[in-house]
Amino acid sequence: MKSALLISNLEKIYDNGFVALKGVSLNVAQGDFFALLGPNGAGKSTTLGIVCSLVNATAGKVEIFGYDLATQTSQAKQFLGVVPQEFNFNAFETVYNIIKTQAGFYGLPDKLAAERSQYYLQKLGLWEKRDIAARMLSGGMKRRLMIARALVHEPKLLILDEPTAGVDIELRRSMWEFLREINEAGTTIILTTHYLEEAEYLCKNIAIIDRGKIIQNTSIKALLAQLDSESFIFDITPALQEAPLIDGYCITLEDDHSLVVEVKKGQSLNGLFKEFERSAITVTSMRNKSNRLEEMFISMVENNLEQAGE
Amino acid sequence: MNNRELAIALYTIVRREIRRFTRIWLQTLLPPAITMSLYFVIFGNLIGSRIGQMGGFSYMEFIVPGLIMMSVITNSYSNVVASFYSAKFQRNVEEMLVSPMPNWVILVGYVLGGVSRGVMVGFLVTMLSLFFTDLQVHSLTIIIIVTLLTSILFAIGGFINAMLANSFDDISIVPTFILTPLTYLGGVFYSISLLPEFWQGVSQLNPILYMVSTFRYGILGASDINIYLALVVIVVFVVGLFMVALDMLNKGKGIRS
Repeated sequence: MKSALLISNLEKIYDNGFVALKGVSLNVAQGDFFALLGPNGAGKSTTLGIVCSLVNATAGKVEIFGYDLATQTSQAKQFLGVVPQEFNFNAFETVYNIIKTQAGFYGLPDKLAAERSQYYLQKLGLWEKRDIAARMLSGGMKRRLMIARALVHEPKLLILDEPTAGVDIELRRSMWEFLREINEAGTTIILTTHYLEEAEYLCKNIAIIDRGKIIQNTSIKALLAQLDSESFIFDITPALQEAPLIDGYCITLEDDHSLVVEVKKGQSLNGLFKEFERSAITVTSMRNKSNRLEEMFISMVENNLEQAGE
Repeated sequence: MNNRELAIALYTIVRREIRRFTRIWLQTLLPPAITMSLYFVIFGNLIGSRIGQMGGFSYMEFIVPGLIMMSVITNSYSNVVASFYSAKFQRNVEEMLVSPMPNWVILVGYVLGGVSRGVMVGFLVTMLSLFFTDLQVHSLTIIIIVTLLTSILFAIGGFINAMLANSFDDISIVPTFILTPLTYLGGVFYSISLLPEFWQGVSQLNPILYMVSTFRYGILGASDINIYLALVVIVVFVVGLFMVALDMLNKGKGIRS
């Protein structure tokens, strides 16, 4: 599969001496929906900043659809659309002018720029707001404005840096569907997010970056297969004062009506239900304690911390 | 990007810049018109009538070209410095940095925006001056060339200032401490022939003197200095500052970490 984005040995040392990236290499295939995850300060935004030409690399190479970003800059950037983490539009400019001006920066003729601006503003539910200044929009609308702006030149690689941060659940779900739609239409998407449920729901492949290094780069399926155990919360009746002892399961009492049970890989839940029945415990509902990817992510970052000797 | 796409990108920046300063005309176009009218009334009319002749012309005739050039300089400069620094401050400069536009297009776009405002204000001030004096046109070619070169030069200066600025205070340092003194000492209000020989020599180090004197030559047909030397000096400054600004943009000075 051809690469949409190929990053080789990327290094970044900031002027204050902070080493943000220590030889990051990544290969994102064309058509992929790729998650780049990592704790705060891990190097996600620096990596994407270099890809978007907003941060100067200290060393390393970036290729976008085979074009070297350093030497074939204009060709490489033509493929790229960016939705940054923070609002970065002229707050005093109208919504329509922001989108149409961006189309002009990519050399789109006026008529086409106007058509595309209308299409993406309608698609993202902003057409009615086209004549108002961007500062008057709500937080969710501002996010959608940045997505429309990133799409107006119809990029083949879309980078989304925490696109749903601060967005309500309903809007987040509709944005997920929209992103899936454009990915299925052929746009390669790279996403960073702190909502691991979002990454698990949307992405096919994943890289985890920590302390300037990639510590995992695989498919979401393969990553979740590495999960040794899952924690479930069981809501129960009657109320218990202490956790029941069931052989082979680690059970703790969350509160008098909830139990947290760690179920190891390969262990069946059937035996657990039988034991509950024998102890006259009725399970009224059950759910995962946390998102599976989240458990995996935390364990990897913690392991990396231990290996770093801290 | 092919040539057509480059032209569209350049046009997009220039159109946006013109839209910006015309939208806020109360802050950009009206104040210089009012200030220059005050100069015409106070220095040209009231005080000027007591000064008598300057360089062989009435004082009003003498200062009008200088004041027109002063408004071209300050407006070309302040348009670019305010607009580009504001784009840096609001981070919408990133819209251009992520796009495939080459850096020279960004620089030329902002400079043409500055030139547009400088020329527009210069035209407004010229129209206002007609209420106070009869303007001659000795050489329209010289007037056009020197106006364009001067506004280009100071628009580039504004761009460099904006790239280096880290706060809104920083964008007023150059106009306050460099531009204003150089303009006032650049022969706007007096002929350098009035100065002692030593200070005439010092004045010739001031680039604004060359612009004001050449523009005055274009209108009155008389100048303190050789206008061909002046045009060469201005072109050298334009090329030099353009290269500096482009190099800073390529390195991402003040806009890329």
